Amino acid sequence: MRKTAIALVLGLALNGAAWAQMDPSGEWAPRFDEDRFERIPGPEIGDYLGLPINDAARLRGDSWDAALIELPENQCRAHGSDYGWRGPSNLSIWKEVDPATQKVIAYHTHLSAYGAEQTIWMDGRPHPPDYARHTWQGFSTGEWDGDTLVITTTHLKENWIRRNGIPRSDLATARVHIMKHGNYLTVAVIVYDPVYLTEPFIRTTDFVYAPQQQMAPWPCEPVDEVDRPPGVVPNHLLGANTFLNEFPANYGIPVPATRGGAETMYPEYMLKMKTMAVLPRPPKKAAPP
Amino acid sequence: MSRRKSLILCALACLMAPAVWSAPAAPASPPPPAELHILPVQGNIYMLVGAGGNITIQTGSDGVLLVDTGLAGMSDKVLAAVRTLSDKPIRYIIDTHVHADHVGGNEAIAKSGTTIAGGNVVGDIGSSASNQATIMAFQTVLDRMSTPVAGSPPAPQGAWPTDTYTTAERKIFFDDEGVEMIHIPAAHTDGDTMVFFRRSDVISTGDIFLTNGYPIVDLDHGGNIQGVIAGLNRIVEMAIPQDLQEGGTLIIPGHGRLCDVADVVFYQEMVIIIRDRIQDMIRKGMSLEQVKAAKPTRDYDPRYGSSSGSWTTDKFVAAVYTSLKAPH
Repeated sequence: MRKTAIALVLGLALNGAAWAQMDPSGEWAPRFDEDRFERIPGPEIGDYLGLPINDAARLRGDSWDAALIELPENQCRAHGSDYGWRGPSNLSIWKEVDPATQKVIAYHTHLSAYGAEQTIWMDGRPHPPDYARHTWQGFSTGEWDGDTLVITTTHLKENWIRRNGIPRSDLATARVHIMKHGNYLTVAVIVYDPVYLTEPFIRTTDFVYAPQQQMAPWPCEPVDEVDRPPGVVPNHLLGANTFLNEFPANYGIPVPATRGGAETMYPEYMLKMKTMAVLPRPPKKAAPP
Repeated sequence: MSRRKSLILCALACLMAPAVWSAPAAPASPPPPAELHILPVQGNIYMLVGAGGNITIQTGSDGVLLVDTGLAGMSDKVLAAVRTLSDKPIRYIIDTHVHADHVGGNEAIAKSGTTIAGGNVVGDIGSSASNQATIMAFQTVLDRMSTPVAGSPPAPQGAWPTDTYTTAERKIFFDDEGVEMIHIPAAHTDGDTMVFFRRSDVISTGDIFLTNGYPIVDLDHGGNIQGVIAGLNRIVEMAIPQDLQEGGTLIIPGHGRLCDVADVVFYQEMVIIIRDRIQDMIRKGMSLEQVKAAKPTRDYDPRYGSSSGSWTTDKFVAAVYTSLKAPH
């Protein structure tokens, strides 16, 4: 019995790499139980709850006008690879293997939202220099930490923290941890942004194994939705966004809480919120006759 | 000779020597880094980083074309970098504007090249017709180099543009592709040229577009924020992205990293939003000091702002304010 145990331990130790490295390849379907209202209908204007943002990010959000997405140059913009997991996205992961050594060179991901594809290099190559181009997906390298795939992404274009104008800058780095638990895949994204965040921003997204999944294509062609002269950028001037109080008033949430900040990420902030005043709820609209 | 006498003679010689021309410095010229880097862009085009402003290099069977020449002190390194890409002669230099970090190498680099010349020109003036690369620029670049503001000496003649244009566009065909020079009036300066390589699908913007700071509006050399915006609008209009609004036409900025049109759109939106805010403040009768105090750039400052150096956020706000108060 003792010999068997030693042999088993030795066997596991010798085969450590293969044992530690789960394979995330496969078809994965999204689950929206987490942050459903932010992810599917989309976040409310002025809802910055739980975001460790600074004043600059807050003002970007306050100035943001949803009509910005109407501009042809913004209509087909993909989500950044740090945000894309959050979309209504079916996920496919496959690996690229060196035919001679059978070592994994890279993992590739395809998200149905925008058809965004990310390459995660596993062969130890360096990240490009700072003067190289940035992309929505950025440049990613991966390594194993036990059975967790840890991805580091640089060279990202500017993108969202929250889809109501709260930005993540092009100087940010994302660290993504992919963990597999049976038929579930958890993707934990940590965003480090020296421009708009005061603390790292962490959030998780879950997927379920779905081998029968059919990936839908995402063709996107910009069109002129509104006839605007070139160079018109919809935005709210300083202090002129009249929609910001709708969210705190409709949900009975104190205004300071809706403004976000690192403090609002932590559970103890809920105690503080109980001492804060809330705006009166707007009267319910009469039902149409 | 004693060391003291040498120093005195040297000081006297320096005082008696004619003043040496230096091109106007860009308000935010970075110090030259020690090392140059070549980044392949696409098609015939490379981006050379580290010589001052970014330099665009086009290579092909006809020879080499450079957009800008960097700082004067970097010319040897620039030439060495070009030689790693092509052994063909440098035929053309296109100046995007007059600042020293973009035209400083004109003289040395042009001298190392040869112009394509023939026919009556060569017959009339012999080999001197082709003894240096052609330097092309908008007319005001030549004006400012040959007749600078009072008190400054002119640039050495070898650095002057040899072929200028005064129209909205100038076109040549070189290295198997059309090359469009597009003048944007009163933008970063009054002599800005953007260069569009049509087959390679690359736009070299000069300092109308940067990725490392707010736009530099050189009011003393005819710049205006509305022109910068017009230039950014023009880039967005010309560029065609691939899927997901990225790739396709690639953009080489005057300073900073290689881009595509999505990066330009973010920058364009930022500049227009700040312009709109300051315009609104002017409409409300606010003075420049009041506008500065209102911090109209504060959401973009952590990314583009600076409180030190030659181009501070305050100077940018003042330049926008002054631009909008002046007729454009």
